Amino acid sequence: MTVSAAESPALTPGTIVLDQTVAARAPWSAIVRRGQVLTIVDLHGNQAVDCLIYRADDTAERYSAQDTLAAQGGIFLTTGSVLRSSEGRPLMTVVADEVGRHDTVGGACSRESNTLRYGHHTKHQHACVENFLAEGAKWGLGKRDLVSNINWYMNVPVDPDGSLGIVDGISAPGLRVALRAELDVLVLVSNCPQINNPCNGFDPTPVRMVVTSS
Amino acid sequence: MSTATTAGAREHARAQGGTVVDCMPIVPATRLGENLTWAETIPGGGYASRRLARGTTLRLTDLHGDACVSVLLFNADEPWERLNVADTVKVLWQAYVGEGHLLLSDQGRVLASVTAGARDRSDTFCGTTTRAGNTERYGDGSAHGPSPAGRELFTLAAAKHGLTRRDLPPSISFFQGVRVGDDGTFTRLGPAGPGATVELRAEMPVTVLLANVPHPLDPREAYTCSPVEIRAWSGSPTAHTDPLWSRSPEGERAFANTADYLTARGIA
Repeated sequence: MTVSAAESPALTPGTIVLDQTVAARAPWSAIVRRGQVLTIVDLHGNQAVDCLIYRADDTAERYSAQDTLAAQGGIFLTTGSVLRSSEGRPLMTVVADEVGRHDTVGGACSRESNTLRYGHHTKHQHACVENFLAEGAKWGLGKRDLVSNINWYMNVPVDPDGSLGIVDGISAPGLRVALRAELDVLVLVSNCPQINNPCNGFDPTPVRMVVTSS
Repeated sequence: MSTATTAGAREHARAQGGTVVDCMPIVPATRLGENLTWAETIPGGGYASRRLARGTTLRLTDLHGDACVSVLLFNADEPWERLNVADTVKVLWQAYVGEGHLLLSDQGRVLASVTAGARDRSDTFCGTTTRAGNTERYGDGSAHGPSPAGRELFTLAAAKHGLTRRDLPPSISFFQGVRVGDDGTFTRLGPAGPGATVELRAEMPVTVLLANVPHPLDPREAYTCSPVEIRAWSGSPTAHTDPLWSRSPEGERAFANTADYLTARGIA
């Protein structure tokens, strides 16, 4: 269906080809075709959306945080950031962003790293790596295929002395970020279930994923 | 010397033995010292890899001041457990890796500790170079060309341990530092100077891959990278009485997880 720009949840004009809400703490994945735009909506504000991107026809080529950062010369993702693959190839481009900056340094939470960060009592809490493994398995992906990811809406400053950490977010309810696929890509998402730091405001909430075609 | 016959060809080949060049392994390493387990110099644009026993110290020396060594580490027995750069900086609340930092796996364990090395001459953000990037920068990024990309070299190093491109996560680089400004942008600090060293201590049996190539932000037109010297010797892993074990609560739990794993595995 085609909806007016005022009514559309998408950040860029186009026909909606997919519109799904990802429950709090849940994984999600979809193929986004070349030229299509994925809009992510932070429905309730400050919800980290952990995200990995793979070339759809060869998942051995995947998002590379380091190639992305080296090419753009800095750590924050926002409008204009080209999300590059492990071979340096553009996978997606951030074409619009209502927040201002997003993280790709902090990686995903895992049960194992939670034991280090917060203590062994967190071992059986759900975590992003669990989501990535469960959802990735649907596409033949396994542990070897997990690399440093993007954290949409997560705020990770680096202090002058190198100190870094996840601090209170700068997003708000309804803010969106839009990614244009530069080739057919598989987008793998964990709607972060973390409850031990401010990445989700200590309260994981749903997000909305909208794919549009122009 | 004629190589027209097998005898001549054999004599010709054997006459080459004993040649000494700047960048080569010394085998066995014990020729240089009783405890040495690895002695090699890697040229600029070169790579090397090795399985190292727990407790091994690996020292890298930037001989001429223009090395840039990217490092990947794997659990030698279960290589799907490997260096996780994000956890390495996030868990320890510190992006600049130097003496006292722990190189963490994705399983909440310590693959290696950094026992020497300057925090302002390492890089966890930019990784290494790609074939496409080096082709654009230098005209070629292939492993066999004049300006090899780090990822091409890592691919070859990984293959020698049965691993593929899928097994290559983000890496940590030493000897060339970057700083992050308030606005998030990088400032390149350049090399640490001739003679700079980094030492890593294996806290579990590890496979280490090293690629020595120009930093992705190196501004020079020419592909510029000088040799790095490797020395490794056997020793003991960090003991629970070592101050490093309990330097931070996160690190202490990482060492505890590592000891727990190795004990169950029957190798601690």
